[in-house]
Amino acid sequence: MNRAAIQSTLAGTEPERDATELTRHGSTLSWRVQWAVPLAALFDLAIHLLFSKRAPAVETHSYSLLMYEIIGVSIVLNIVQRFWMPLRSWMRHMCPIFTAAILLFGVWDVVTLGFQMLPLPYFPGPAAVLRSLISDRGLLLDSTLHSLALLVSGYAVGLLVGLVSGICIGWSGPIRYWGMPLLKVVGPIPATAWIPLAMVISPSAFVSSAGLIALAVWFPVTMLTASGISNTRASYLDVARTLGAGRTYLIFRVAIPAAVPNIFIGLFMGLGASFLTLVVAESVGVKSGLGWYVSWAQGWAEYSKVYAALIIMAAFFSTVMTLLFKVRDRVLVWQKGTIKW
Amino acid sequence: MVAFAETDASALRIREIRKSFPAPDDPVTKRLVLDGISFSVAAGELVCLIGPSGCGKSTLLRLIAGLDSTDSGELFIGSQPISEPGAERGLVFQDPNLFPWLTVRRNIEAGLVARRVLREKRNEVNEFMRLVGLEAFGGAYPHHLSGGMAQRVALARALINHPKVLLLDEPLGALDAFTRMRMQDEVLRLWENRRTTMLLVTHDIDEAIYMSDRIMIMTQRPGRIDRIITDALPRPRDRSSSDFLRLRSDILELLHFAGDSATA
Repeated sequence: MNRAAIQSTLAGTEPERDATELTRHGSTLSWRVQWAVPLAALFDLAIHLLFSKRAPAVETHSYSLLMYEIIGVSIVLNIVQRFWMPLRSWMRHMCPIFTAAILLFGVWDVVTLGFQMLPLPYFPGPAAVLRSLISDRGLLLDSTLHSLALLVSGYAVGLLVGLVSGICIGWSGPIRYWGMPLLKVVGPIPATAWIPLAMVISPSAFVSSAGLIALAVWFPVTMLTASGISNTRASYLDVARTLGAGRTYLIFRVAIPAAVPNIFIGLFMGLGASFLTLVVAESVGVKSGLGWYVSWAQGWAEYSKVYAALIIMAAFFSTVMTLLFKVRDRVLVWQKGTIKW
Repeated sequence: MVAFAETDASALRIREIRKSFPAPDDPVTKRLVLDGISFSVAAGELVCLIGPSGCGKSTLLRLIAGLDSTDSGELFIGSQPISEPGAERGLVFQDPNLFPWLTVRRNIEAGLVARRVLREKRNEVNEFMRLVGLEAFGGAYPHHLSGGMAQRVALARALINHPKVLLLDEPLGALDAFTRMRMQDEVLRLWENRRTTMLLVTHDIDEAIYMSDRIMIMTQRPGRIDRIITDALPRPRDRSSSDFLRLRSDILELLHFAGDSATA
């Protein structure tokens, strides 16, 4: 990158497209970028076949199939990108990351299957994990759906209660006086610490787990909502009052919108806490879901299934997180260009 | 203490206002900020309030707006005593204080929404956007606006309630010199167009002379109205005319004199 490009990158703008830039970045994708992914997959495949005697044939079969698919898809994409500009810029951005990820699979394969540097059955190779993913897909899907149902119900309740209590504590002096000490004492207790109590109180494991998730979400949402509401700029409230605003307008059209950036921080913190609580609650109480699946597979010492479930969890949780980011971008469109997280 | 004609035609009448705040270093003792302020503003008049910083100009505006309450004294808007904020007294601050989560159009509508009259008066929104020359920016968010544009939105937002008095607290203080002069003409145009009574606080003598019918000069700590000068220069005014400059040097001298007497 030349200096102009570096400066404009620092300034957060597109680099200027001079003649050399065009040939380097603009019109075509360099060969290196185009072939990095298929070559990495080929490399993984070669490594695996080198050691494939040690692996069951069925694992080798599905792993090779995956690598062939990666090679095939990336070659197709290499052809399509010549005619489709958006794909090209996406590939330019993503190919290095994909290449690194695929190469890591190769390294993993060498360390586990190849030289058996890590003890079995705790550290299976990628082919074994892939095989578990495929063979147990029904149960994994079912577990994911159960986790999703539990997460959504717990999160929704925690969110609603947290918003209401946060708004009340943030707006009203008397409620803050009585509510804040409670919040400060009860809130920091990790929701999972209530598990013994929840198991005794509630009629079903699902309800108690959802309640624990709600509790985990409630605290950060309440805290951040309350601080957002009570820190509403006084001048916004003054302006609104000189415009003839009553209390309803001040709360719902000034204080709450002003608190929304803060509320979203609470929602993200709550989401993180809810993942944690979900997995713990499922592994001790509920007899379904990804958390349960992990401890169940561990009980049978089927560690390839444990890793398979972890992969699903990573995809699941990061998708939910991404969704929340999308919602935030929509809601906080008025902050566009001013937020940096 | 200034004598004033007590006419019921005045849009704003203020009598013997006193206001003190706790001293910042010692909350028990109170510091008198406004000491017996009295004046009235006729309907359709544009009055400027100038004085050194810290003389209580902004405090006075907040009292008139109803955002703070007086220690003693009376405030009337028409014949109604002022007790709380109301839409008949618009207030524009130095910071436009636009709601950043609303578009320009929704900011201008805010007063109508707050008073629950948006449905009947929706057509006025376009009129006011046009009035301040922002009809093309209805969908823009405040952080995209320049300082002058933001202040025009703030003016339109205050004017859409048809206030009996528009209170302006150094509204052009944060703008650069050129934008500022353009905005002075803009405010004058709005004033001539709508004949809204305006009370403008400023620390810029030129601005006061350029814009007002009368100029009230305040002294510092405690704030008192020292002198009221009638500014009868013909409109539109020329910032470099000899009359303008003479008035300017008179006021400068007065302010200097006022400063001396306050410290004495």
